[in-house]
Amino acid sequence: MRKNYNLEKRKYVIGGFITVLVIIYIFQLYVLQLGNEQYKENADNNAFIEKITYPSRGLIYDRKGRLIVYNEPAYDLVMIPRDVHNLDTLEFCNTLRITREDFEKRMEDMRKNPNYSAYIQQTFMSQLTPEDYGRIQEKLYRFPGFFIAQRILRQYNYHAAANVLGCLREVKEEEIKKDNYYRAGDYTGDMGIEKSYEKYLRGVKGKEVLIRDALGKIQGHYNNGANDVEPVAGNDLNLTIDIELQQFGEELMRGKIGAIVCIEPKTGEILALVTSPSYDPALLAGRDRGKNYTALWTDNFKPLFDRSIQGAYPPGSTFKLSQGLIFEQEQVINLSTAYPCHRGFISGGLRVGCHGHGSPITLKPAIQTSCNGYFCWGLKHMLDNRKKYGSTSKAFEVWKNYMVDFGYGYKLNIDIPGENRGFIPNSAYYDKNLGEGKWVANSIISDAIGQGEILATPLQIANMSACIANRGYYITPHVVRKIAGVGVLKKNIERHETRINKEYFEHAVEGMRMSITGGTSRSGNVPGLDICGKTGTAQNPHGRDHSAFMGFAPMNDPKIAVAVYVENGGFGATFGVPIGTLMIEKYLSGKLTRESLASSMSNTSIFSTKAYGAGRPGAKQKEKAKPAEEKTTETPNPSNDGTKE
Amino acid sequence: MELRNDNENTSLIKSVDWLTIIIYLVMVVAGIVTIMSASHNIETGILIDWSNFSGKQIIWAGLSLVIGLVLLLLDRRIYEAYAYPIYGVMIIVLIVTIFIAPDIQGSRSWIKIGSNSIQPAEFAKFATALALAKLFDTYGFALNSWRNYAIAAAIIITPILSIILERETGSALVYTSLIFVLYREGMSGFVLFAALCAITYFVVVLKFAAVIFMGIPLGIFIAFVIIMVLTVVMLAIFVKSFTLTRNVTLAYAASALIVGTLAWFGIEVNGYLYFFTMITATILYLLYGMFHDDMRKILVTIAFVGISVSFIFMVDFAFNNILQPHQQNRIKVTLGIAEDPRGVGYNVNQSKIAIGSGGMWGKGYLNGTQTKLKYVPEQHTDFIFCTIGEEAGFVGTTAVVLAFVALIYRIIGIAERQHTAFGRVYAYCVASYFIFHLAVNIGMVIGLCPVIGIPLPFFSYGGSSLWGFTALLFILLRIDADRKAYGSW
Repeated sequence: MRKNYNLEKRKYVIGGFITVLVIIYIFQLYVLQLGNEQYKENADNNAFIEKITYPSRGLIYDRKGRLIVYNEPAYDLVMIPRDVHNLDTLEFCNTLRITREDFEKRMEDMRKNPNYSAYIQQTFMSQLTPEDYGRIQEKLYRFPGFFIAQRILRQYNYHAAANVLGCLREVKEEEIKKDNYYRAGDYTGDMGIEKSYEKYLRGVKGKEVLIRDALGKIQGHYNNGANDVEPVAGNDLNLTIDIELQQFGEELMRGKIGAIVCIEPKTGEILALVTSPSYDPALLAGRDRGKNYTALWTDNFKPLFDRSIQGAYPPGSTFKLSQGLIFEQEQVINLSTAYPCHRGFISGGLRVGCHGHGSPITLKPAIQTSCNGYFCWGLKHMLDNRKKYGSTSKAFEVWKNYMVDFGYGYKLNIDIPGENRGFIPNSAYYDKNLGEGKWVANSIISDAIGQGEILATPLQIANMSACIANRGYYITPHVVRKIAGVGVLKKNIERHETRINKEYFEHAVEGMRMSITGGTSRSGNVPGLDICGKTGTAQNPHGRDHSAFMGFAPMNDPKIAVAVYVENGGFGATFGVPIGTLMIEKYLSGKLTRESLASSMSNTSIFSTKAYGAGRPGAKQKEKAKPAEEKTTETPNPSNDGTKE
Repeated sequence: MELRNDNENTSLIKSVDWLTIIIYLVMVVAGIVTIMSASHNIETGILIDWSNFSGKQIIWAGLSLVIGLVLLLLDRRIYEAYAYPIYGVMIIVLIVTIFIAPDIQGSRSWIKIGSNSIQPAEFAKFATALALAKLFDTYGFALNSWRNYAIAAAIIITPILSIILERETGSALVYTSLIFVLYREGMSGFVLFAALCAITYFVVVLKFAAVIFMGIPLGIFIAFVIIMVLTVVMLAIFVKSFTLTRNVTLAYAASALIVGTLAWFGIEVNGYLYFFTMITATILYLLYGMFHDDMRKILVTIAFVGISVSFIFMVDFAFNNILQPHQQNRIKVTLGIAEDPRGVGYNVNQSKIAIGSGGMWGKGYLNGTQTKLKYVPEQHTDFIFCTIGEEAGFVGTTAVVLAFVALIYRIIGIAERQHTAFGRVYAYCVASYFIFHLAVNIGMVIGLCPVIGIPLPFFSYGGSSLWGFTALLFILLRIDADRKAYGSW
């Protein structure tokens, strides 16, 4: 056959066709494989599921090593939206005993989360009841895409110290945005140390990288588990709190509004931080958290309000000790300086009342008898000393700076959130409110006796007490002693010096000792404990006076400093002294010589238990267990001292 | 006799095309390795499972070597002498298959033999190639009459119809590639050109119908651009008129520049207005040009432009007004226009993810997640290319594509060195089959072609496909080995 060269050229057309085709294909392969990362991500999203494994949250122990808070497993129903196919919604809702609307709402809420992704585990329902858990577990295979995630739930060995411990709640949207540790449905600390030590307690989440086939079936751990990360348990906390002392304090405060703060002076460690009314921390840990929280939030007596650090009260006569110290340091007075007091401070038509005692009077007896006149004169002489200070305003600034040194007027930076700074006015404040140059010592004289504009938290009062016990310094009060694996936080144990000579503190201590042995606090004299103390009765324009006490013991080697504040409690000696000295006794000797006084204190309500109990979860059981007294008046005054301080 | 056989075998070793055999062996081994990965069970970790794809493919490959060797040792004259009977038997087998094959997902193309099945359509390929070769080898036969065209067409269309009746459309379409053979043997190039143009217009117009560009559907826009480019190409290489080519090119370029500039300033020219102006101007200019250049060729060019424009609008109109919505949808899904993530679209989507996730070097052998976890369906058969893409990356895919191109070029080379029409036509048939399988299989896996279920030769799992291609290739090698002895001028 003759070869046709013209036709043979057509091989180039066919070859050219293939060449063009292959160039197009290789270009497409280039676009697919090297053009972008999207396909790789898609493939990973297809094949890998990252399942979060939750670490065990740090445990909480008290100062004596008693376990207060621990964990118990709880079960969440979670889902990976992309894996949910052909869900029999009716059956699903019936299994969980929820309505169709509830189902839709949960799905909707889930999608609104900022971290929502159809590929990532989402929490559908947290903390299943054992019944729900049982039912859903059995039928889970019928709801592809849903599975059970184990979580931890806080459990409490002691039903006390709710204000110190705080609780857990689900994270909020803002928190998820701020901290990428969190995903929707996670828990985070709310209030108390659960919040302030969240970063230590929460630990590090682990993850399991699972591989999943096209049918959604889990094929096992990717890379034989080499890519899995074990969760790291949170750090345990050792508290400074003595949980039994705390419980005892809460018991004593039952039926009363107020706070007790006990501090170990040498270390700043808080032994008890009682606020009343309080609640069982377990109420905010379970499935009923939401309901209970609302009830506590709407309660008239505001149990969620931690009066020990958030309540700002006029400190009343407990304030006088700081005044004596300043006046001595500023050479306004010395030990032999005597001021007249005939039932009060009378100056230029102004009169601050006082009660019967000898006159004229010197510093220590003035502390012993809580003389108003003495300290008013002291402040007046200090502020009026133009020669030394130039003006009232400048003198007052000097005074204020000493107050700040004692820890008043600013936050003490306790390691629990929400602390109130109290209030110590400065010259600028009076210039603004009374007019510049228009105010003199007499205008503000009630500051000297812890009234007027002065406000302090029970924590600040206790801290002042610790400062006197230490004869001149205090350590930042704190509730966490040690973080396991981390140690002691430096900011917790900062030492703050006052600029006042140690000998003047000795005078204050002696005055406080005299108050116990034969003064306004004498009902609190427990032999052998060498208690020093000072009462306070803060005038309250809205009702009965507040009863306060500050003290420490033993006198020469103080182990505990205490402040008690009972709203509407009347005289300092009525509630403050007995409660404060009972706390001291309980802590120092471990047993009580005055059992009947303790039970009389616990059983005294100074507001209607009906009102107190209304709307409080758990209140009913309590009432059943121990019929509370309906008494709204005080018990007979144990001090039988009818005089007003 | 024995002596002669020895001589023959010695000369066979010398004259057989070893390059083709090497490419063949490399591909078969690469295929087995890939199937081992594609069917690798990540739970048990077993690589070769004799009861599963990997093990079976090794058996099929072993048997295919035997088949190849036997076909290589047979006398060339047998193929020539029995070309028609072989073809006839295969057609009968194809038809019988329709009636005796069990229904497998709507297809009746597999004959069960024991626990395995065989697909006769794969073997009809070499039979058809032999018949077509024999036809062209007939003394005095040429594509110069309607009668001869009809005979050639009948040889090609008979297996197509039989296989369509087996409901195995993909395999049937393979035979349309034999148009390359007819082209090589003298069929007018316009038929091939027209066929390619028609397919291109059809796909482009429908695939980009949804997007509006310059006030007209993007598909129509692209089709017009293609027409304009082809017009220029025809003026250059068909009419061979420098002046016409230059003037038309300049006019198109200038007009495009003006329209582009206007668009830059926010003035949008309507697409229809622009294209009709340009096309009309082109035709008028070419009519004027007839007086200076080859009138017949210019008329052909004008006809091409006219028919192309009509065809575009016909496709658009027919699709939207004649077809039922469900028919439209089926075509759309096939072309990858309509979303169908769980149906055809799902396969292509997952296969693109698999290939795309491979990157430059791939994830490494046995490390592909898309394919291991069965996200890509049919991954050991039609979608085997995904496994290569995911585990061997761009380097691997390019290597495989280039290996096929090398094989096809080699076969075309073999075809052109034949001294007989029988050898040449047979070789071109083999080349055409490979071109079609390469274009369609890889095209669908990378999302450029509609999903038509045909295997990737030597890589896809399956004895029938492997044996079918082995037979095609080794018969070719036998014919080629004897080319000198049968040289006839």
